[in-house]
Amino acid sequence: MTQTRRIPGTAIAAHAVLITYTIIALFPVFVILINSFKTRRAIFRDPLGLPTEETFSLIGYQTVFKQGDFFLYFQNSMIVTVVSLTLILLFGAMAAFALAEYRFKGNTLMGLYLALGIMIPIRIGTVAILEMMVSTGLVNTLVALILVYTAQGLPLAVFILSEFMKGVSDDLKNAGRIDGLSEYKIFFRLVLPLVRPAMATVAVFNMIPIWNDLWFPLILAPAEEVKTLTLGSQVFIGQFVTDWNAVLSALSMAILPVMVLYVIFSRQLIRGITSGAVK
Amino acid sequence: MTALKLENVNKFFGSVHVLKDINLTVEEGEFVVFVGPSGCGKSTLLRVIAGLEDASSGTVTIGDDVVNTVPPAKRGIAMVFQSYALYPHLTVKDNMGLGLKQEGQSKAVVEERVSKASKMLDLEEYATRRPAELSGGQRQRVAIGRAIVRDPKLFLFDEPLSNLDAALRMNTRVEIAELHRTLSASMIYVTHDQIEAMTLADKIVVLRDGRVEQVGTPMELYNNPANRFVASFLGSPSMNFLERSVPGVPDGQTIGIRPEHLRLAPSGQFSGVVTHVERLGGDTNLLVKTDQGETVTVRLFGQDPTEVGDVVHLAFAPEDAFYFDAAQERIFDAAA
Repeated sequence: MTQTRRIPGTAIAAHAVLITYTIIALFPVFVILINSFKTRRAIFRDPLGLPTEETFSLIGYQTVFKQGDFFLYFQNSMIVTVVSLTLILLFGAMAAFALAEYRFKGNTLMGLYLALGIMIPIRIGTVAILEMMVSTGLVNTLVALILVYTAQGLPLAVFILSEFMKGVSDDLKNAGRIDGLSEYKIFFRLVLPLVRPAMATVAVFNMIPIWNDLWFPLILAPAEEVKTLTLGSQVFIGQFVTDWNAVLSALSMAILPVMVLYVIFSRQLIRGITSGAVK
Repeated sequence: MTALKLENVNKFFGSVHVLKDINLTVEEGEFVVFVGPSGCGKSTLLRVIAGLEDASSGTVTIGDDVVNTVPPAKRGIAMVFQSYALYPHLTVKDNMGLGLKQEGQSKAVVEERVSKASKMLDLEEYATRRPAELSGGQRQRVAIGRAIVRDPKLFLFDEPLSNLDAALRMNTRVEIAELHRTLSASMIYVTHDQIEAMTLADKIVVLRDGRVEQVGTPMELYNNPANRFVASFLGSPSMNFLERSVPGVPDGQTIGIRPEHLRLAPSGQFSGVVTHVERLGGDTNLLVKTDQGETVTVRLFGQDPTEVGDVVHLAFAPEDAFYFDAAQERIFDAAA
């Protein structure tokens, strides 16, 4: 970054835009957080006020922990998200490596076929998926969700990762072949570490929709013992009465694990970018 | 004993014929350089020898074994790449030792061979560094070290000096030549740089469009090129080709004279006007536009007072001239 070319005016303007955006993006989260610590009456009387000594209350959190099996839902969401992400990254990277590295008949066609899923929303096939899950007996299992999310995430993963893998030096892979590394070792030890930033991007892209999804848990796994967190929070929203304290508390807690995962991946992302720049 | 033998090797990429009937032998301990313009197939040929590409037809023999279906790691070769291709996550020591470890050599053997190679290449103090912490020249030495420790029957170099700056290129060139002398190993070296080819090779193979144009020692090719392509490719500045300027050259033929074989003399065979002068201290290069409108490069040894715009007469010894026909092939019993 050159000092001479930096004009203070543009820097301030840029920061003003970024700060405004940050405030707009974070405001709903902030409102959820403060209201989750207030009494029901305070939520309605002054939705934007901070919790004071009078209005402070943990009633929402207490309800959540008492009613419903919150920790089970939490665990279900975690299992589904982490296993789906692992499978998406593993299979996506392997398919991408094959497409980028090997010359075989129908390579381009196969690439297009795998990328087609980006354009067709998987929810269109919900009825068929449900029928399949019923006939295979997977309804009301976490496996059903994991399979659907893996299928949903793979097209974009293959598409992004194969572009990155084409950028990995051929010489490096060939040096590995001459040194006697197997194709699997070349993939896991040489290529994967070099596309780590791309892997992190794919992970972040896929993680949030999976964690937040209500549709498939509702249809494929509504049973009590396999409910995900998003679905579990719905018990507090009724047709006539909604327990806002509980809903807001459940949502606040649901933010935490996603944030932890995001921090892990984004650190990978930044490390990948900087190590590439120094090389 | 021959280190490498290629018989009728052909390579197709789809319908593109990249290598056309290559026949070649490399003797034990010989330093062979493949040279040619980019896209002539020299790197592909090297990759076929290494086993990174399969030959579409023909046989590749390394030592006594036909290796067409043998994977690269089992061919007894080692390769140095233009981009160094070091493993970024391994230290210098581990980079060099990985091949041996994969072969299943004991730790002691790996340790001993790596330290021997490090000593040979002055890399001892960098043993625990990663490639990112090394300069370009050091990285290329590590890449060469990685080849040495495997003690291969055949070394393959793929334009190893192209990424280095000019001063380093010269030093590394000398190092590679010394390495060849101390190891007395068979080496194949690919380059597009004719200076590297001339200075390093025992034998040069000139390639064009996937075909071998000529094979010989550097001086054989310089003194006795088989055609106009080889004549123009070797030697710097490159040979002058004239159709009209020199009297006595039959129609349809071209005379080729190297810049260093021309001298200024009032009794010269042809004349022209100097359009540009390059003074290099040791040499002076003149660009001369002849009276017939062709451009000639003249290389004079030492310093010369000639200025742009001077009219000069150029002379050459008839035995230094080459004649080429319309198909660019050399005419040996010259008409002139």
